[in-house]
Amino acid sequence: MGVASFLLRRLAALTALLVALSFVVFSLLHLAPGDLVKNLLGPRPATPEAVAAIRARYHLDEPFLAQYLHWFGGVLRGDLGVSARTGTDITTVLGDRVGLTLLTAGLAALLAIGLGVPLGIRAAQRTGSLTDRLVTGSAVVGVSAPGFAVGLLLLYVFAVMLGWFPLYGTGEPGLDRLRHLVLPAVALALGTGAVVVKVTRAAVARELQQDYVTFARSRGVPERVVRRSYLRNASVPVVTSAGLVVAGLVGGSVLVENVFALPGLGVLLADSITYKDVPVVQAITLLVAATIGVTTALVDLYTAVADPRVRRATVGRTRTAPRRGAVPGEAGTA
Amino acid sequence: MTATAPTETRARTRLQRAARRLRHVPGSVAVSALVLLAAAILVVLPVAPHALDQDVLLGTTPAGTPGHPFGTDSLGRDVLALTLAGARSAIVGPVVVALGSMLLGVLLGSLAGYRGGWVDAVVSRYVDLTLAMPALLLAIVVAGVVGGGYWITVLVLVVLFSPSDIRIVRGAVLQHAHRPYIESTRVLGLPAWRVMMRHILPNVRPLVLTTMFLNIAYALVSMSGLTYLGLGVSPGAADWGLQLSDGRDLLYSNPAASVVPGLAIILVATAVNLVGDHLSERLEQGEDA
Repeated sequence: MGVASFLLRRLAALTALLVALSFVVFSLLHLAPGDLVKNLLGPRPATPEAVAAIRARYHLDEPFLAQYLHWFGGVLRGDLGVSARTGTDITTVLGDRVGLTLLTAGLAALLAIGLGVPLGIRAAQRTGSLTDRLVTGSAVVGVSAPGFAVGLLLLYVFAVMLGWFPLYGTGEPGLDRLRHLVLPAVALALGTGAVVVKVTRAAVARELQQDYVTFARSRGVPERVVRRSYLRNASVPVVTSAGLVVAGLVGGSVLVENVFALPGLGVLLADSITYKDVPVVQAITLLVAATIGVTTALVDLYTAVADPRVRRATVGRTRTAPRRGAVPGEAGTA
Repeated sequence: MTATAPTETRARTRLQRAARRLRHVPGSVAVSALVLLAAAILVVLPVAPHALDQDVLLGTTPAGTPGHPFGTDSLGRDVLALTLAGARSAIVGPVVVALGSMLLGVLLGSLAGYRGGWVDAVVSRYVDLTLAMPALLLAIVVAGVVGGGYWITVLVLVVLFSPSDIRIVRGAVLQHAHRPYIESTRVLGLPAWRVMMRHILPNVRPLVLTTMFLNIAYALVSMSGLTYLGLGVSPGAADWGLQLSDGRDLLYSNPAASVVPGLAIILVATAVNLVGDHLSERLEQGEDA
């Protein structure tokens, strides 16, 4: 038992998830209307030899499962296949795009966590105060406002009306790039940050109601020490929500990149969907799912380190979904 | 929990209880309820019958043009009328998504929670697996690759939303399944479906309704995101997401073309969330919502 076996179990679950997801995503290729051969041929004449060559190269004549295994084997070797639209190597295309998306999402995460956590803690420490009501009120708006709508409003106010920021594009690398990414990052961070605020506030408020806090205070333990212990306990659900944060940033960046015309993975995904470039769609989906999966695994690792009880449980997963309504465990206990 | 009152006074106590509850409703929630009422009226009544009429000669005009308080879009359609007409597309779909996913949630969740055993194991693994996937991204991919119209998109969202509903209902049913009053129904030999329908579901209902309500907001945000990308709507339809993407190019000539539908999405989603949060707080305080 202990951390090692816990890690092994999590790793097995992660692998299972990725295999299942890759299978779902690969099946999309077969559900999708349109002919891959025609796409790959492009303007070239469809001679029987050329068609046969393509069918052989992409294993199109083999049964579904064999095709899947071919594709999955390639993925394991780092070969994501070839774009059906441009015929270029997908691994290279993704490599060119991933930097921008990572930079934008990273900035957004920094904003969301850097502002969300302190605001959530402050709101919980002063439940019912004006600060609390302002913070929770804006969090509700933040959760409700989709990133692309916020992005457009920001564009209107800060780019069109005030002219402080550029309307779109990525600018030169360096400070100029940063200036171009401020609005997208803010638009992306708002929804995610609101979730972080909600989770943090709920977690800290729950800890503050615990007997050990009242007891420590009544014994005259310095508030600094009390704070350290309840914040540490509250950190577990907050860190657990990191998976949600990453998923939110990823889903949102597809839309936000489109608003700001940033040539990142999101725009590539939207374009590939428009042109039914299924291999690229598959590759991006898998990449994103792997990112989220790895984040979730890291989060579980943190939970196991911070809370020994989780390590001992057979299935140490009681994740909350703050975006999606009430948490089941809490309803009856109140 | 509620004590069962005699039938004659039940209606009156209910009314009194409702009146008492209303007095504790915060202003923001009351305003939100009014917003939702207005939205519901827009859905039911044909408020803007000429919303899709194009006036290509007029083209894009800024807000304040005579006859067009928010101007016109690139096809010369009145932005205000288009936004009012778009309420239908923005609300009907999400409501159906919330209803459909909760129907799946109640069916599979109560089955898993009440039956337990291998049924529970299968359902729970399925939920674990699907909850770990990025829902919005999958919705974009499936709606985009498989294609199809508005209702196909609704169906995709129903499937993607159901796992969290299943989990919530299962958890709630589990809490009740082993309480004495349920055990006693088993002693009486009542059939399982009857225990579920008559005894467990009524106790789970408040949680189900609240969750469903909050899901509407999430579905609204997700669906407008999909339509923003042009998925699930035909071009030229009255839809807020579509208006936003069309208005993106008109930020200089008529910013209202994208700002107004953008604010509409945020306003309605916020209203749903405020009312939903209020209901769920009530629920946690132990009142039946």
